[in-house]
Amino acid sequence: MEFSYVVKDSYAEVKADGRLNMVSAPKLREFVTDVIAGGSSRIVVNLENTAFMDSSGLGALIGCLKAARQAGGDLRIAAVQPQVKMVLELTSMDRVLTAYASADDAFSND
Amino acid sequence: MTRFWTRLVVVLTVIFGLNYVGWRWASSLNWDAWWIAVPLVLAETYSLIDVMLFGMTVWQLKIRKGAPAPPHDATVDVFITTYNEDLDMVMTTALAAQKIRHPHSTWILDDGARPELKALAEEHGLGYVTRSEDWTSNVPRHAKAGNLNNALMVTHGEFLLILDADQVPEPDILEKTLGYFNNRRVALVQTPQYFSNVPAHDPLGSQAPLFYGPIQQGKDGWNAAFFCGSNAILRRDALMQLGLVGYVKETEKSIRRALTASRSAIRQARKSADMDTPLVAEVLDAVEAATREAQEQLAAGQPLSEITYRVRRRVDAAVQTLVQADMSALQADLEEIAAMELAQVGDAGVPVVADDAVQRMSARDWSPLGALESVQAVLDALSVERNDEAQPVMPLATISVTEDMATAMRMHAMGWESVYHHEILAYGLAPEDLKTMLTQRLRWAQGTMQVLLRENPLVQKGLKIGQRLMYFATMWTYLSGYAAVIYFAAPIIYLLLGVLPVASLSWDFFLRFIPFMVANQVLFAVAGRGIPTWRGQQYSLALFPTWIKACSTAARNVWFGRPLGFAVTPKARQTGGPSWSLIRPQIAVSVLLAVAAVVGIIRLATGLAEPLGTLVNVGWVIFDLVVMSILVRAVLYKGYEPAVDVDAGERKADGV
Repeated sequence: MEFSYVVKDSYAEVKADGRLNMVSAPKLREFVTDVIAGGSSRIVVNLENTAFMDSSGLGALIGCLKAARQAGGDLRIAAVQPQVKMVLELTSMDRVLTAYASADDAFSND
Repeated sequence: MTRFWTRLVVVLTVIFGLNYVGWRWASSLNWDAWWIAVPLVLAETYSLIDVMLFGMTVWQLKIRKGAPAPPHDATVDVFITTYNEDLDMVMTTALAAQKIRHPHSTWILDDGARPELKALAEEHGLGYVTRSEDWTSNVPRHAKAGNLNNALMVTHGEFLLILDADQVPEPDILEKTLGYFNNRRVALVQTPQYFSNVPAHDPLGSQAPLFYGPIQQGKDGWNAAFFCGSNAILRRDALMQLGLVGYVKETEKSIRRALTASRSAIRQARKSADMDTPLVAEVLDAVEAATREAQEQLAAGQPLSEITYRVRRRVDAAVQTLVQADMSALQADLEEIAAMELAQVGDAGVPVVADDAVQRMSARDWSPLGALESVQAVLDALSVERNDEAQPVMPLATISVTEDMATAMRMHAMGWESVYHHEILAYGLAPEDLKTMLTQRLRWAQGTMQVLLRENPLVQKGLKIGQRLMYFATMWTYLSGYAAVIYFAAPIIYLLLGVLPVASLSWDFFLRFIPFMVANQVLFAVAGRGIPTWRGQQYSLALFPTWIKACSTAARNVWFGRPLGFAVTPKARQTGGPSWSLIRPQIAVSVLLAVAAVVGIIRLATGLAEPLGTLVNVGWVIFDLVVMSILVRAVLYKGYEPAVDVDAGERKADGV
């Protein structure tokens, strides 16, 4: 699992490449917390290279959403892959996290 | 009467052999030249053991009078195995098989899954089988053994006649052999493999008259007749029993191995995974407790299915707890977010994760445990499904590329009996060029060595001592490559350097050596009853690079899991001119031998060498060169021309 981020005009884009699972989920939470602490509370998690997500990964994503909201921002997700999409639908998390087509689309309406 | 003379010559050969080799060890070694003296005496000891095993084989020569009448209601499946052979060849065999008189079903087992062949089979009302969907790309295919194992699952005849694609059977092949199965303990009847496209002088040594003759008859006498892959009838019941016993053994072995591996896998996971996540640690604790308990249950002899089921249940429960915990944490987060009222969560308040979603997220493919690959691998291996194979039950042994030998040995170990029926009942096609022939011999030798290294017959439970030695005898002959190198090296060393491995060439030597040599040749003549054995003797020495390659590749394969570089023997002749490159090592050795002979004679003329030593060694060189000369004919052989040899296709009524 590899994490990276880029600060764009109105948001910070976090990329999580690999498998977001029990082992890597805590790292995502840590990584996003650091990004927020660095001053960017509007986060887009770009999942285009995230092939797999388990319950821990999903939990981490919601944990990050909470951190972003607490900091007065928001967390959105983009470019989800088929397995991740299935997990989101199965747990009804797609009602909490809208999956945007791309990172650019995520904050395009506000 | 023949038996008396054979046994007499065996006794004489063994006495003379022990007398000679014993003396060689005790008082003839030239220790100044130990580097050649010791290898030479080892090679001679190898040859003595070889001839003693041969003597033991023919000691029990069994000449059968034919089988009793077969039971009329015996059901038979005739299997014709093919991979890429010419369709005409396959259909010739299949249509001949269809005409076998005893009621039967004929099946073409097409490992090449060729639509044209399927159409031909349907047109002629023949059964057609290809691999089932279970043979995915993730499981080993096991070549011919896999093809047969697959077909065994979709057919149901009580007996199976197995034919290679080129082995055209006689209509009476079943009538002549099925009667042997009236004895309920008989599991196998093997008939000779004879080739109709081989000229009388047999340049490639294709016919094996010594093997499909005194050797098989002798093994039969020890209840150890070999299964040779084709032209044989097998009892399905025996094969299935073999498959089931093998399944239980393999499953228990893999569970035992998995449980042993589980400790280090868990330890490793503890070290590598982020242990600051208490949930991961909890799951690992659960897995460890479950595997520890399984180990105790295995030691207590509990059924494997229950042990594995319990492990799976316990681990599943732990995983579900983990997923549930993840989901609860997530739920708590969502509620906090809602409480912040900074923004509406979703459209209709906080969603609740349903129970079936938790179930789904806990299943094998999405389980968080998947993150701990080594642990997951251990758990996967703790199963009774044998997921690493296409089918749990593999009746034909898959431990070797010569599945036939391995299968027969396991049958014998389980107490089944075998029969060798000495009458040609099928006519096959031998390779017609050296390259194909070498590929085939290499494959046989590799397969035999795999069996030796994986299931050494000398230590197999259930085999009688005679059976152990019969299997070992065949394996022993394939070690001849190393002895051959020494037999070529010794005269070269003497003639070039004057180094004699024997202390002195005196009467002591000749008095012991000559009787042994003579008895040895007489033994082959008496046991062979006039069949030509010289071609076989030539090839056992001349193909030394093939035998050595077989031993080394099989050892690398068995011990280090390297591939054999295995290829199916092509049935069609390989085109192109004479390929001298195939016998490069043999050409080099021959040139060395010839040069050594010339140098030796020059040394003799200039007084540097003794006359007796030179004479013996030049004679030895000439013998070696005569042995090798067969390869020249083999390279130049242009294939079989039927016009020259019109009788070859006709049936020989009196055996091989």
